[in-house]
Amino acid sequence: MDETEPIAVGGQTGADPVRRSGAVLVRPVPVRKLAKVPFVELADGRVQGVVSSGSDIARVYVSSVTAVGHGLSCSTNNNRPCGALHGPYPCKHLRLLLSEATLQYGLPRVARYLRVEVEPDGDLESALDPHHEPTPAATVFSRFLRHLSYLELPEVAEPMPELHWFGGTRAVD
Amino acid sequence: MLATQLGTLLAGEVAGLDPALDVADGLDDALAHGLGRLGDPERAALTALAAAVGGSPLSTPVGEAVAKLAAGTVADEYLAALAGARTALFGAAHDALLARLDDALGRQRAEWAGAGTDAAAVPLAAARSWLTELAVTGWRGVDEDLVAASAPVVAALLVEPRTRRLAVLLDGFGAELRACAPVATMELLPVRRWGDLWSRAVLLAQDTWPGPAEPVPVSGRLLPLGVDVHEHATAVQVQVHGVLESAEGVRSVRASLVAAKVDTIVGPAVWSLFDAPVLLGALAEHRALELADMPLLPGGDLRWRESAARLGEPADPFTTARLVLPTATAVAPPPLDRHPARLAEPVLVEDYQTVDGAAVLDGHRLRFDLDRLPGCGPLTPALVAGSTGCIGLLRWDAGEWLLQPLAVRATVKRKPVVAATGDWALGPTDAKVAKAEAKNDAVSVLRERAGRLLRS
Repeated sequence: MDETEPIAVGGQTGADPVRRSGAVLVRPVPVRKLAKVPFVELADGRVQGVVSSGSDIARVYVSSVTAVGHGLSCSTNNNRPCGALHGPYPCKHLRLLLSEATLQYGLPRVARYLRVEVEPDGDLESALDPHHEPTPAATVFSRFLRHLSYLELPEVAEPMPELHWFGGTRAVD
Repeated sequence: MLATQLGTLLAGEVAGLDPALDVADGLDDALAHGLGRLGDPERAALTALAAAVGGSPLSTPVGEAVAKLAAGTVADEYLAALAGARTALFGAAHDALLARLDDALGRQRAEWAGAGTDAAAVPLAAARSWLTELAVTGWRGVDEDLVAASAPVVAALLVEPRTRRLAVLLDGFGAELRACAPVATMELLPVRRWGDLWSRAVLLAQDTWPGPAEPVPVSGRLLPLGVDVHEHATAVQVQVHGVLESAEGVRSVRASLVAAKVDTIVGPAVWSLFDAPVLLGALAEHRALELADMPLLPGGDLRWRESAARLGEPADPFTTARLVLPTATAVAPPPLDRHPARLAEPVLVEDYQTVDGAAVLDGHRLRFDLDRLPGCGPLTPALVAGSTGCIGLLRWDAGEWLLQPLAVRATVKRKPVVAATGDWALGPTDAKVAKAEAKNDAVSVLRERAGRLLRS
């Protein structure tokens, strides 16, 4: 996989990062609004996620772009194809997905995952060479449900000493 | 903390610390390489580890494990022995550092008085298998597929409350490895950190790991000092440090809340995951708490119950830190939790100058741990840089003592300000931040989606 460049062992300067228990490797993601795109991830060789329908509160679209070949897919969670996706032109759900992926992961990381080169202020969509490639919605949708299920886990009363290794840290602006 | 106390804390080496950590470093380097194909340096490191615990009850199992691994035989139990030996070394390092700290600060500490408890009898074999595969492969061989194999293991552990600790650890560890995969392309590996996380997980995944300790009820007045926030993509813990005044005397205690979350819930939004208006109210409003029969665990952790607490009088944390903290008896940590990374002793440091990210007192430098300023509160590196007083946690990492700020007194635009990590516990008090939060409301959006989609 080539979506992540070697990650520098971040955090405090000065001391030996190799022997630092509290080395910071993952920063929190920047805040973004979740109402339209509650879920987006770079996984399974796709930029994939879930886009809430603008008209029906109970409906969501599962949208994805494959890293190799830029295959576009968009359908409801019941596998009903999105009517707005024709040929190589992304529908508004896919556009939203890509722009929120850029917010969450940063343009360089998303571009690298999709194997395209985009200038820092460039346009991701115009760098793609897409085609229509419907894929079943079930895998992505079940990953989204698993994601949501974290919010249903009960609070825990016992302290978790292991979390001392994960000091709260600020997102890098 | 006075300049002379800081001087004593920093003066000279801690006897035995470096040799113990050198032995552990050897194992950590072997784990980077992988235990499945040991070369001469790795064999030597394992032999040194066995020798280091040779005079202890671990002597036989570790000696046997090292012999078997050197002969190319791998089994979960051999790796458990290595993890145990490594944990014993860091436990000893922890004790030496804590003794230095107590000596420097003149801090009284109670002896450990907890009893052993029975194991929980939960299925852990799948977790052990994954951890063994990880150690056999070595950090340098970690790729996305190996990390992905942990997902079903974590999912099963998460739903069982008795294995939540292990699940939360593995989820954070896995996410970190995934972000770094393929690890082979990394220039510097955080081998101590990953050795810590791996050995901690291996021990938590043993069938003999003891179940939760028995609490005793305590009553009295709890004066909060500040809150330490721990967070990774799918978990957040707020740990309140405070002083409890009760009929049995004055002692340091902590109260922790843990909630599951997802990566897009960040910043001040994490407070809304907790249903604890009394505890969070005390943080936000700087108040004392009146406790009645609150369960207290032997390690000094209150097992927080909102119904056993009510808001008390206003209480300034800086006053508590100056007047009450020095009289408090500190607690001994649970034996299995002893590790330098868990050292987090509340202290008050005043009248210092900040130079290059460090508090300087009479020429003694104590660096601020600015990586541990959480995103859910108003404390920023800039505020710390302009501060003259700090309630913080003394920590130790990579050979140095650090001060993690929980609250600071600073001067901003010539006006004195006090800022603490828990100031926004009931919602941001900064109008701009509050407006942005109200617009986003990540927790409500995702809860609505969960309510609609998980049950449809």
